[in-house]
Amino acid sequence: MSPLTAARVQMELSLGFHMLFAAVGMAMPVMLLIAEWRWMRYGDGDALALARTWSKLTAVVFAIGAVSGTALSFELGLLWPRFMGFAGPLIGLAFALEGYAFFIEAIFLGLYLYGWERLSPRAHWLCGWAVAVSGALSGVLVVSANAWMQDPVGFRVGSDGLPLDVDPWAALFNPAWPLMAAHSTFSTYQAVGFAAAGTYAWALLRGSRPERDRYHREGLRIAMLLAVTAAIVQPLLGDLLAKRAHLRQPAKLAAMEAQFTTERRAPLRIGGIPDPETGRTRYALEIPGGLSFLAAGDLDAEVAGLDEFPREEWPNVVVTHVAFQIMVGAGVVMLGVAAWYALDAWRRRADRSRPIGRSLLVALALCTPLGYLALEAGWVVTEVGRQPWVIYGVMRTADGVTPITSVAGSLAVFSALYAGLLLILVFFLRHLARQPLDHARA
Amino acid sequence: MTLEGLLAAVMLAALVAYALLGGADFGGGIWDLLSRGPRAADQRRAVARAIGPVWEANHVWLIFLIVLLFTCFPFAYAWVSVDLFWPLHLVLVGIVLRGAAFVFRAYGSPASMAQRAWGRIFGASSAITPFLLGWSLGAVSVGRAETAFDPFNVLTGVLALLLCAYLAAVYLAWETDGPLQDDFRRRALLTWFAAGVASLLLLGVAGMTAGRLWDELTTPPASLLVLAGVLLAPASAFALWRRRFHLARVLGGAQVTVLLLGWAVAQWPYLVYPAYTITEAAAPRATLLAAAVTLPFGLGVLIPSLWFLFAVFKRGPDDRGEAERQVSL
Repeated sequence: MSPLTAARVQMELSLGFHMLFAAVGMAMPVMLLIAEWRWMRYGDGDALALARTWSKLTAVVFAIGAVSGTALSFELGLLWPRFMGFAGPLIGLAFALEGYAFFIEAIFLGLYLYGWERLSPRAHWLCGWAVAVSGALSGVLVVSANAWMQDPVGFRVGSDGLPLDVDPWAALFNPAWPLMAAHSTFSTYQAVGFAAAGTYAWALLRGSRPERDRYHREGLRIAMLLAVTAAIVQPLLGDLLAKRAHLRQPAKLAAMEAQFTTERRAPLRIGGIPDPETGRTRYALEIPGGLSFLAAGDLDAEVAGLDEFPREEWPNVVVTHVAFQIMVGAGVVMLGVAAWYALDAWRRRADRSRPIGRSLLVALALCTPLGYLALEAGWVVTEVGRQPWVIYGVMRTADGVTPITSVAGSLAVFSALYAGLLLILVFFLRHLARQPLDHARA
Repeated sequence: MTLEGLLAAVMLAALVAYALLGGADFGGGIWDLLSRGPRAADQRRAVARAIGPVWEANHVWLIFLIVLLFTCFPFAYAWVSVDLFWPLHLVLVGIVLRGAAFVFRAYGSPASMAQRAWGRIFGASSAITPFLLGWSLGAVSVGRAETAFDPFNVLTGVLALLLCAYLAAVYLAWETDGPLQDDFRRRALLTWFAAGVASLLLLGVAGMTAGRLWDELTTPPASLLVLAGVLLAPASAFALWRRRFHLARVLGGAQVTVLLLGWAVAQWPYLVYPAYTITEAAAPRATLLAAAVTLPFGLGVLIPSLWFLFAVFKRGPDDRGEAERQVSL
């Protein structure tokens, strides 16, 4: 394996792993706030038990997110020293501000997790707010760095290959940032919301512990608040992002949609397997003019194809297109199930104790992994779609990589480490689900 | 002071904070690993109780430090990343394992086998990580990162490990009482002696192999700080001996602070010796300015929050019956 490939795989692995945990760190505090509020407001013991269980889950997941995030802050340099030598002064401001936000999150999470007995209920709940807000903020800020890699601004390249006229504020507030930050923040709510709701739907279906039915229903309801909101917002944000890509990163959009040739009335391809050699996409369902309409709001608009770009500047079309189909497909399914759930909840509003129908529970249980699947697939789209550039149009990934030749070794170590931790996490979740409910509060 | 000098000073302050707080958390892990005698389980519980609520916040000082390094001194960060590729990767493995093992033990299965396994991993990674961080600090001080067993780097690592263990034992003695306090007091005194021996060895090796660093350490102003450290060391041991734990805690912290300040003064003007001085490694002025102007805002939120965290969880030896004394907002 070449050092470049190994470095890319190690970065993908580390980010992909970190994201699973970071998403919980962003979304779970919101669910905790709702549950704890329901306990404070209505004295709902099941809501308190949920908050206590989620609190334990968050403690473990946040810790792994924090340490794998630390690993990333080193790996940026360990794997991509030349990229960071160039980009550090530009994206550093986002990371520095993210550092403060993350600091606040860690401090108040410590207060929240260990403060159940030491803080008054209100003080405890307010600490939860600090966690949720700073968690969302640190996610939003770190996305600024990635958005800058997609749409680099705030400098020009000097004759020595280093950035000149550096404006870190312009880099921080780069035009790609707001949409990407919103899309990624809601993706964490969607991933965690559907994962949690699916877990409780599964527990209700099995019905092996009827004494916990109310507890599971309560958990499902809170999780679906996040899930339904995100499922509606995400397609809208995604559409705006695709319109941006049409203007700013046409090669990425072409790869996402497997658009090999520039054309007017470009079709929207649903599914299919693109073949970069022949420039054809097989087995796709094509909607005439669909892509032109979605990208530019006009059925006859011209959409750039990959033929506009030299072959060596194409991203991996198969990976980008397939990952995009997975993300959109999962999004559509989740939107449908979210709408079904919302309709069902509306019908049940008069009698809240009426159980949720079995078929809806099955649908929700099947959706358990879809939010996370969409999150990871969406990230693959944006990162693989940017290739071969690490800084779009400015620096190639191959030019940013470390000169160290033994990257395959560090990749092996990290693969083993992260695989082991994931396996153990599964055991931990099983252990947590079997714990007696904790309704008590000292 | 120049802008880059100011930011380097902020990084030094973050390093001191990380050593005093995060270092002691690693030290706690070391004492977990070395828990012995009839009160071994109580010792482990005291460690877990002491670091549980605060270790993640303390750990962020390292992230803060590394982010400031790549923002303000990108070339030094790139250089360190290449030359310390393996030591830093191992540091990361240590950091990931330490954090994961701590939470899996605290919240996971209470089965004794799982608890023991996580305890071992937690303790071992708490020992290896500060050793490797110390080793790396040694490497950027003398400009030698090629050989794993470079005596200067190894001894710096050993000293870092011993100082973490020392700080943790002193803090734990302050936070506990009765026989448990005696356990940690004894451990603190033993570690104090071991750290003294390691310091003398390190000074000897520095005299032979550290070239420029040694010259700087032995002339003012760095030599004055070294002298202050030499005077503080017996003072903190004496306070321990006399069971003045609060004073011992302050003096122990002061000792580590003075040591790091002395190192920084001797290292000046280099950031990573001999590749980059602080000025050579600095980012463009606009970036330094942005980092500097955001600093008061960031610290303005951070410091009161940290104060609150420690006020709630570190109320000292009279902190018993905590359930009755809730903090309200």
